[in-house]
Amino acid sequence: MSAAAAVTPLRGPQGEPVYELSRVGKTYARGHVTALEDVSLTLRKGGFYAVIGSSGCGKSTLLKIMAGLTPPSKGRVTLQGRPVLGPRRDIGMMFQQATLFPWRTTIQNVLLPIEIRDGPAAARKAEPRARELLETVGLKGFESVYPGQLSGGMAQRASICRMLITEPAVLLLDEPFSALDELARDFMNMELQRICMAREATAFLVTHSIAEAVILSDMVLVMKPRPGRVAELVPIDLPRPRTLDMVTTPQFGALVERIRGRLDKEAFL
Amino acid sequence: MSDVRANEAAGYDGGDTVWTEKTSWLDSVPRSVSMLFVAAVFIGVWELVTSLGLVSPIILPTPMETFRDILFVGENLISGGYMLQALWITLLEVVYGFALAIAIGFSLGVLVGETSFGEKAVMPYLVAIDTMPKVAFAPLFVAWLGFDIESKVALAAFIATFPIIVGTAAGLHAADHNARMLFKTMGASRWQTLVKLKLPTGLPQIFTGLKIGSVGVMAGAITGEFLGGGKGFGELIRVAASQLNTPRVFSLIIYLSVVGLALFMLVAWAQRRVVFWRKEQVGAATEH
Repeated sequence: MSAAAAVTPLRGPQGEPVYELSRVGKTYARGHVTALEDVSLTLRKGGFYAVIGSSGCGKSTLLKIMAGLTPPSKGRVTLQGRPVLGPRRDIGMMFQQATLFPWRTTIQNVLLPIEIRDGPAAARKAEPRARELLETVGLKGFESVYPGQLSGGMAQRASICRMLITEPAVLLLDEPFSALDELARDFMNMELQRICMAREATAFLVTHSIAEAVILSDMVLVMKPRPGRVAELVPIDLPRPRTLDMVTTPQFGALVERIRGRLDKEAFL
Repeated sequence: MSDVRANEAAGYDGGDTVWTEKTSWLDSVPRSVSMLFVAAVFIGVWELVTSLGLVSPIILPTPMETFRDILFVGENLISGGYMLQALWITLLEVVYGFALAIAIGFSLGVLVGETSFGEKAVMPYLVAIDTMPKVAFAPLFVAWLGFDIESKVALAAFIATFPIIVGTAAGLHAADHNARMLFKTMGASRWQTLVKLKLPTGLPQIFTGLKIGSVGVMAGAITGEFLGGGKGFGELIRVAASQLNTPRVFSLIIYLSVVGLALFMLVAWAQRRVVFWRKEQVGAATEH
């Protein structure tokens, strides 16, 4: 719990580096507002990373830069050895809202990224894969149903499939289940873990929930505002697969406490 | 605890109580009955006002007279008389005018809604023109295009174009931030974003514009005929009014309303077919 704990060598994921951020910064208003300062990070293959921090800590900015949606003011982002200079098909993204389009059936929604990148013919060819994906998230039989008839949880599961259809190397998750009720959210988190473990996916999750960050990730990045920066990396060494009853273990409680302690100091300034 | 006390204070004795929401008995009357009721009251008041001699029969005919004239005009229309020819001309003006309005309104709407230049520099003028009483342009169209069908088509189209432009431009902005972001992450081109996201998202607004336009197109055609002559239905109304044949004016207006309603319903029907996902939502919301 002492400050010295922060400098213990990181354990965390051990795979190949997938994402590399070196000294990434972002300023707005001609350099007067620093949204993000000097973030260097290496995400390793198969690792699950969670970012937590109060509002204004730059986590959304960081995610946008990683996704290639906005350019950094300085620094460099590399994914699988190539610099990120815009949206890429090896980046899968998921947002708080499922954002399924009501004029498309569930499977047409899942196939949308293929249709946009490779055209309708490629989308038709990818149909069996989309069916498989929908089956793995328990949506078999809902392929031709319009999203208006899906529940919130089902819609988010369909949007997971849409993210996975291009077989991205990395999953960027922006509070993906925070619009769901708590039961659905727990369930979806376990689904997410299962999917990530099965595919050895590298995942980067932005969340407001410390418990969610701890239960899902191998490494929690605690971010702080003014200027936005990564203040601490907390490796989570709970065994995999994680289960929901782990939240009652003392180890889980200690991790949550540790992260909360790091957040509290500046969260309400 | 305090709930119990509150109940006691209200005289609640702990027994089973059944309570229902209070609704007016008027609300439980079936729709068709309610509508017939309103029509009956309307005609009843009309009959009363005319038969008591409160209003001169030249100004307001009795319901019976009007009804007889409706039958007369109906016969003329069915037998292919001169009124059918007049109606046909007006119909042509309406159809051409609406088609023109859709083509111009949609194209301009996309240009205005899709480019920031259009939004900044063109939209304010369109809104300004839209607030003008557009029928005031009717004499100009007659002067430019003459007394034939062209001037009426132009006025009808002119009136109907603006709501379609505004509806289309507004519709293109209807897609929310999340959806735009998603399209960006998928690497969608501007064209793809327009066709696969913005246009489908904006369809409800576009159809709202079309509905308003369908009403305007009728008004435009008839106003054009009032001011620019010709052989259309509006001319029949003008002639009947000038002869103080008020029953005829009323019955012609009623047939005109039927045409207008049919056009509106056609657009509404197309909307239900095209924007099918909205219908589902409405159905789900009103089922219980």
